[in-house]
Amino acid sequence: MDQQVNTQDVLKVNGLTTYFFTRRGVVKAVDDVSFTVRAGETLAIVGESGCGKSITALSLMRLIPSPPGRTIAGTVMLDGTDLLQLSEPKMRQMRGNKISMIFQEPMTALNPLLTIGRQVAETLILHQNMSRQAAQARAVEMLKFVKIPEAEQRAREYPHQLSGGMRQRAMIAMALACNPRVLICDEPTTALDVTIQAQILELIVELQRNFGTAVILITHDLGVVAETAHRVIVMYAGRKVEEASAEELFHRPLHPYMNGLLGSIPRVGLTKRATASEHVALQEIPGIVPALNDLPIGCAFAPRCPNAGDKCRAAIPPFEEKLPGHFAACWHSDVGAKVPT
Amino acid sequence: MSVTVPLDHNAELRRAGAFAHGFFGQARFLARRYPLGAAGAIILIFFILCGIFAEWVAPMDPLTTNAKYSLAAPSARNWMGADMMGRDEFSRIVHGARISLMVAISATGLGAIFGVSIGLASGYIGGWFDLVFQRVVDVLQSLPLLVMALVITAALGPSLENTIIAIALPLIPSVSRVIRSNTLSLREMPFVEAAQAAGMSEWRIAIRHVLPNTLAPLIVLATAQLGSTILTEASLSFLGLGVPEPHPSWGRMLSESAAEYVRTAPWLVIFPGLAISLIVFGTNLLGDAMRDLLDPRQRS
Repeated sequence: MDQQVNTQDVLKVNGLTTYFFTRRGVVKAVDDVSFTVRAGETLAIVGESGCGKSITALSLMRLIPSPPGRTIAGTVMLDGTDLLQLSEPKMRQMRGNKISMIFQEPMTALNPLLTIGRQVAETLILHQNMSRQAAQARAVEMLKFVKIPEAEQRAREYPHQLSGGMRQRAMIAMALACNPRVLICDEPTTALDVTIQAQILELIVELQRNFGTAVILITHDLGVVAETAHRVIVMYAGRKVEEASAEELFHRPLHPYMNGLLGSIPRVGLTKRATASEHVALQEIPGIVPALNDLPIGCAFAPRCPNAGDKCRAAIPPFEEKLPGHFAACWHSDVGAKVPT
Repeated sequence: MSVTVPLDHNAELRRAGAFAHGFFGQARFLARRYPLGAAGAIILIFFILCGIFAEWVAPMDPLTTNAKYSLAAPSARNWMGADMMGRDEFSRIVHGARISLMVAISATGLGAIFGVSIGLASGYIGGWFDLVFQRVVDVLQSLPLLVMALVITAALGPSLENTIIAIALPLIPSVSRVIRSNTLSLREMPFVEAAQAAGMSEWRIAIRHVLPNTLAPLIVLATAQLGSTILTEASLSFLGLGVPEPHPSWGRMLSESAAEYVRTAPWLVIFPGLAISLIVFGTNLLGDAMRDLLDPRQRS
């Protein structure tokens, strides 16, 4: 976080709304989500499973399976072009070129029948009009960038010959091959073991520094957020409930949901070494995420919120700046705010 | 197998194919690894060579009749005997290999091309396209392969080309079914989503990423079908609807002789029957090995 953050806004998302129209009703997967990402900045989107983080990412890429899903409102401005207004062929030229994405499962996100080198080269041939040889050479270079040892050799190998971490590196090489403006990482480390996780995160941060890429990091792992993100968006039931710089958010969470999330992280020595007075039991957030096709009228978090009052159950709280640079959507954000020990 | 001296790394490496370089080295390694597949390949190559070089392999002209040798038993002159018209059975089988293989390979190829196109489009596009084409396929499939082929040759009239079409058409349903079901599951694979995220067009994803992944089952199916097309051709010829006279076809050679001469001249039944069985056996062995080979996870 000590690096210089370019203040130029690369991606401006405004009022993004993606609904799924199913037999059981309208599922409001992403509801009026706005954010901006600057060059060289890492924006983390956190939340529980099913809170709409992945759908937000797919909406940006315009890869929502349709039907039943549709992005019905909002703008996604990438360097001044609204991605949502582009024709499909124009959008295709953006994907993998200006805006890239890496996925959760490195095991199956690569075509098992093509060599790693070919797959990295393919995006280059597609977007940069490179010849096969040039693309292949560039692919090897990219594999070196992502620190795959013996890149020339690995480029000729098939995905099954690589370990999970190596495959995720190859995926990153693929995503960054065309030097995109925005890189979306959808739970990039969830499927990897802890030591590899750290390496991959380090790699993403380092590449971001070198390439000046704006990174959107989608995760449910707050540890990952604390390590890599500059700014954080907390999502709950398809809506943005809190936004702040990572430091601010961890020190002064304003939304009771974020508070609950922080309280539910086990820390080493939490119970063993603590004296009786310090002893804090691992908290949980009671209840479950509401079904997105049957949201409560007021604040979606109200049924699980310890501070919820009548007002919370009656109206959705506005998303406001509660402290400088710290936004939250809660009627009781002053009550909810408490400094964790 | 090399000598197994304990801790002889080179021997182990050789067994794993580390020293297999060049075409022949690779071939030798594969033959050692898949002996049955190699046997199948050898049988098939043997028949293909017979077919291609029939003029040189066959000692006599397969069409020249000679009343003197009518129904001659196998001898030094007629290795596999001679048929009713005194034509050399061995020469006819060699020339028959050309006809049978030509029919089998082109029919399987034709059926596979159409089957793959329909199956891939059906599975990938889905919707009404899938619905319409799969119902057409259902109709095709409701008739047994042989009956279907019979109807078509009866309608088109017997000729080499019509036989090929008649055999190819009933192959389309099974091929398209296999490809479609594979496409349906592959379409949901993360690498397809990743390819979309990389900005590839649906068309390109279907051809370059989905299709190659469906080929392993197709190869197995096609080689198995290769055997059955030879049988179908034989059956059609047996019923007088296949490749017309005077081209020697194994099926017709069998059919002409089976009824009348099976007691008096059994070699006229045994040798064509043997040729058919052997080539079907060979293609099946090869098909099994091909399935393993085409999967990169099974290589190296």
